[in-house]
Amino acid sequence: MQVPKVLGIETEYGIAGGPEQDPILASSIIVNAYAQEGRTRINWDFDSESPSSDSRGVLNFTSFAPIVETQLANTVLTNGARLYVDHAHPEYSSPECRTPLEATLYDAAGEEVMLRAMNVSNQSLDPSMRITLYKNNCDGKGNSYGTHENYLLSRDLEFKEVVAGVVPHFVSRQIIFGAGKVGAETEDGLEVNPPFQISQRAEFFEEVVGLETTLKRPIVNTRDEPHSDAERFRRLHVIIGDANMSQVATFVKLGSTSLLLSLLEAEGAKVFPSMPVHPVQSVRSFAIDTTLTHAVLCEDGKKRTAWDFQDELWNLADSFTKRTGVPDVAGEDEVALIMKHWREMLDGVRDNPASVADRIDWVAKLRVIEGLKDRYDLPDNDAKLRAVDLQYHDLRKEKSLAKRVGLLELFSNEQVSEAVQNPPRTTRAYFRGQCVARFPEQIVAANWDSVVFDLGEGPLQRVPMLDPLRGTAELTQDLLEKNPSASALLKAMNG
Amino acid sequence: MSEQERIQKQKTERASTEQAAVNVDTTKGDQLKNDLDDLLDEIDEVLEENAEEFVRNYVQKGGE
Repeated sequence: MQVPKVLGIETEYGIAGGPEQDPILASSIIVNAYAQEGRTRINWDFDSESPSSDSRGVLNFTSFAPIVETQLANTVLTNGARLYVDHAHPEYSSPECRTPLEATLYDAAGEEVMLRAMNVSNQSLDPSMRITLYKNNCDGKGNSYGTHENYLLSRDLEFKEVVAGVVPHFVSRQIIFGAGKVGAETEDGLEVNPPFQISQRAEFFEEVVGLETTLKRPIVNTRDEPHSDAERFRRLHVIIGDANMSQVATFVKLGSTSLLLSLLEAEGAKVFPSMPVHPVQSVRSFAIDTTLTHAVLCEDGKKRTAWDFQDELWNLADSFTKRTGVPDVAGEDEVALIMKHWREMLDGVRDNPASVADRIDWVAKLRVIEGLKDRYDLPDNDAKLRAVDLQYHDLRKEKSLAKRVGLLELFSNEQVSEAVQNPPRTTRAYFRGQCVARFPEQIVAANWDSVVFDLGEGPLQRVPMLDPLRGTAELTQDLLEKNPSASALLKAMNG
Repeated sequence: MSEQERIQKQKTERASTEQAAVNVDTTKGDQLKNDLDDLLDEIDEVLEENAEEFVRNYVQKGGE
């Protein structure tokens, strides 16, 4: 059975600076600055569009509802996202989105949230303590932090089918979605010592399947925490992926993966390419081969390059989309756009990399690295090249190289600002975000599958949201508009 | 180059990149090369002054 591919991305940002260079403190400052700013700033323009019973008007920046189980800064935003401190990083978890393009927009909104939080924080910090954020996944010293994708899957699909279906994609998709990096940093990586790798994350993977995310990272993560009705759904938690600066890369990464998961639900793993015999070695060896010619042995006895895997997967997805249209993933035009970019990126990365430097992060980054190396005759490990690597991901506009390499953009600034403020309309994130915006004083907690109200009298009231496809604008907008107070809303819902 | 000039320049570059994407290949290659040369000309203004120290000081705790 196929289920709608509700999806989202969570990203831990790299962080530098702050008082005493303490990353946990700096991350808390980032999250709290954003939350505080949201509590005091009022956007009167917006107020007229969306009347609110809150006498302070509708909050402009974001709103704030603590999640009870943790002491660290933790907020839910009016766009339905979660902004919090995870370990020693600020993390933005996008709201649940209904299509890959929408999830890409809400990932871009996450960058904007972090940028605003950084600017607000730095206004009150001594210049020597200014905080800088990076949308990357490693520090070059052997420490990695994640960009995780989440996809809603049918519970009917057996996990071993999931593994067989996704491994070919997860080992090979880096050739179009890798963010690139200079050198290596793990013990195994340093032994090979490549000048450049396609993926930031590849060398950190050690297992094929497992539950861990911080040690012995697996290609397929088995965390079974659906944040929804566990009888009907799985949530595939994907930890093998780089944070992309290229919006097109994010879009096609989410799009290709969603299409293949839908195919997997429809037809099972038997139609997928054979697994590599050694998946972990394949991930790593593909990452260090910028010529894309390295082939690995597969269980069917054939050898495949990463490009071969992607070509087979594209053809499978192509015939699947032609047969069914794949409405579970997105509308016809969006599916066509995924397939078009995927094909162009795949052909381009092999035949004419410069032609896809506007879409593929590692290609864009490598061109700058090689250009600089040639111009000044620099050695492979020159600090300047590593600085380029880091600053590719720098969120400060004046220091970001990703903003200067000519990456195609999918959204206008207005669209991104809108997504910072407002939730997607076609998932339960709509109800969550709307409640946070309308009733900031009455919501004591919110998480992925519930919102908890405190009306000041009587017990706390939990509104469960176990189905990610309910709580949409279609189902709740009228109710929210007809019931401008939290108590009226709850009464109407209980009635 | 002033900040304003730089922004203007980026806008022009972005517009021409989009145009190149529509017109495909022949001009695109040259355009991309020119864009890269321009970027390399300006890169010292963008990169942190002391690359060595900047890179050395970027240390993160693992996450996830």
